Amino acid sequence: MNLVLHLLLLTLLPPLMGGVIGRVRALVAGRRGPPLLQPYYELVKLAQKSAVISPTTSWVFLAGPVVGLTTALVAGLMLPLGAASAPLSFTGDLVAFAYLLGLGRFFTSAAALDTGSAFEGMGAAREATYSALIEPALLLGMMALVLSTGSTSLAALLGGGAPSPLSVAGAPLLLVGVSLFLVLLAENSRVPFDDPATHLELTMVHEVMVLDHSGPLLGLIQYGAWVKLTLFAAILVRLLLPLGWGPAWADWALLPVGVVVVAAGIGAIESSMARTRLLLVPRMLVSACLLSAFGLLLLAR
Amino acid sequence: MSDYLVLHNGEAAPQAQVPTLSYEALRDGLIAGVTAGCRVLALFATPMAGGHLLWLVLGCPTEGGFRLSRAAIAGDNYPSLTPAVPAVHLFERELAEQRGLVPEGHPWLKPVRFPGPRQGRGDRPQVGEMDFYRVGGDEVHEVAVGPVHAGIIEPGHFRFQCSGEQVLNLEISLGYAHRGVERSLVGGPTPRTLPVIETLAGDTTIAHTTAYALAIEGLTCTAAPPRAQAIRAVALELERLANHTGDLGALAEDVAFLPTASWCGRIRGDWLNLSAQICGSRFGRGLVLPGGVRFDLEPARAAAMGAKVAATFRDVQGATKLMWDTPGVMARFEETGHVSRERALEVGLVGPAARASGLSRDARVDFPWDLYRFEQLPLASCTRGDVFGRAWVRWLEVQRSAAFVQEQLAHPPEEGSLRRLPGPLPPDRVVVTVVEAWRGELCHVALTDSAGRFSTYKIADPSFHNWTGLSLALRGQQISDFPLCNKSFNLSYCGFDL
Repeated sequence: MNLVLHLLLLTLLPPLMGGVIGRVRALVAGRRGPPLLQPYYELVKLAQKSAVISPTTSWVFLAGPVVGLTTALVAGLMLPLGAASAPLSFTGDLVAFAYLLGLGRFFTSAAALDTGSAFEGMGAAREATYSALIEPALLLGMMALVLSTGSTSLAALLGGGAPSPLSVAGAPLLLVGVSLFLVLLAENSRVPFDDPATHLELTMVHEVMVLDHSGPLLGLIQYGAWVKLTLFAAILVRLLLPLGWGPAWADWALLPVGVVVVAAGIGAIESSMARTRLLLVPRMLVSACLLSAFGLLLLAR
Repeated sequence: MSDYLVLHNGEAAPQAQVPTLSYEALRDGLIAGVTAGCRVLALFATPMAGGHLLWLVLGCPTEGGFRLSRAAIAGDNYPSLTPAVPAVHLFERELAEQRGLVPEGHPWLKPVRFPGPRQGRGDRPQVGEMDFYRVGGDEVHEVAVGPVHAGIIEPGHFRFQCSGEQVLNLEISLGYAHRGVERSLVGGPTPRTLPVIETLAGDTTIAHTTAYALAIEGLTCTAAPPRAQAIRAVALELERLANHTGDLGALAEDVAFLPTASWCGRIRGDWLNLSAQICGSRFGRGLVLPGGVRFDLEPARAAAMGAKVAATFRDVQGATKLMWDTPGVMARFEETGHVSRERALEVGLVGPAARASGLSRDARVDFPWDLYRFEQLPLASCTRGDVFGRAWVRWLEVQRSAAFVQEQLAHPPEEGSLRRLPGPLPPDRVVVTVVEAWRGELCHVALTDSAGRFSTYKIADPSFHNWTGLSLALRGQQISDFPLCNKSFNLSYCGFDL
């Protein structure tokens, strides 16, 4: 039962985040906006199309979207999403979590380079630069969690009846929370790091890498991106909300609500901030690393 | 005899009065004029027995008029003027392409519009077939954008030479929208002439038709009635308001700042609807006629429009205030796409782009026509030269144009006729007209033949001057800032390609 609930949440919730973000952006801009379920419709639409595949590409081009989605889903099995522990849990799985996402990113970049297009190469170069800075921020944040709870498994760190880590060590983990939110924005190419809504190839980071993918392949990429965003949002929710104290059904219900709140927060940020200059993005990522490192130092002192 | 003939905006003279100089004297006159603060409005050639007649039109703000001179060029080449006066570089490339008149020693002699087989030039390269400037080295990579773009915009090709994220050089290749407008106007005016002029650049309809109307009025010595002049001026400023507002919104959109972007998009529509309230067309088609205008503004409609202008201006104020007050947006605008005053002067930028670099160039002030001779609009300028400067100048002009329109709608010249019918064109005349469109000043030069028909109709759209400015603005910038720089100039492709 718990496994079924976990899988349902993991597979069905992600596109809703896109719907919520789009809706909030529209409301702030004074527009009515697309329906909440629009991302679902789009996935269905893309699945029904045929894909155009350039003759210059190889199997890597196909592997990019597939590996990207698979790694995100497998990583999702390691996170405790509701009242129960994670379906897939072992000692040190948080490292596996981080590098599963890294693997997905590697294959997305490789698929972009595979097309041989100048745009996509540019996007891959940017993505590689950023991920080199995102990873330390993520891992330092995870280490702070490890120090506060004494476990190296995500299931033990973040849930399954354990009290919220925030109640164990509040201030340092708040720093980590902010850092993880920055990582969430950067990793999922949101404003101010990237502009997911732009049509201007030269300014894109993530979007430019998938310009040549179409039809079901594009659908896989978009779905994978929503899954990844949901994973990060779920980590934040588990970190900040006192899950595991009430009845089990409350925990299962609280997570989607928390994820929607995070999505609304992202929408609000995107509506009120301009995108930063591309050259300044690494500085913001370094500050995310520093926040995580300070959190870690405070816990280790 | 003087080295040049002085004409005022919209004033016609017999062609024989324009002094014909030696090439050297023409070149010296050009250099002396530019040194004295004149700018190049047009350089073109007409055929003559055994060679070409090279016409030069300089605009001299200090004299409030234009200096016209010409020189006979024997054969099909002459020493290039560009090394001495870079502002004529594109005019010379155009001459080489249109007339086969080769400027020897031109540093950048490349095609401009690729008039291909359609114009009976089968031996010419196809559009975009060009030796692009290349930077060597393993670190350098080349990015090609266009001619098909990811938005609903016109076609143009951009070739970047990049080292990492830094742009070393940007080369722009246009001509995809070339229609042969200048050729089609020869032999006119015909009933087709006015619609062609109206669609030279769709967003600059009022400005181009006003310049054309002024040319016909100048040639036939028929001034438009005061009421018609006021309606034209209101329409021109509404065109400026709509486009500037749209540009401010587009700039916000390019830095992903949503509120201003979506509001300005909506408000631009309000300005366009005001134009439609005058003449039924959101882009002002069918309003301006040689000799006057087609539609009147009754007091009731003028009053309703006045109230709407005030309300719309308040909306722009609110939407843009949000942008000016957001540090993240300003951080993107400031120090991006800088063009120094010297560079702007050298390549002859016009319009808000020139004023943002500290040049005082505004045809409404320098060469006033119609109503602008009596109603002064203050010149908006800024010394920043970056994207912020170009945005800020637009905002200043929005404020001033809105006040001007409100003033004109509240106190229109008294009712009377709307049009004086121009007679037939006199033979062998020349007329030069300049109008400050929202992108910058545009220049029309009309020459009539012995039968009173256009023998040459030369058009210089502001985009013709400013595309080079965009290339310069990108030097040493981040390639990811290109869309922002591009939007801050917002140049026309079809206005350039003609």
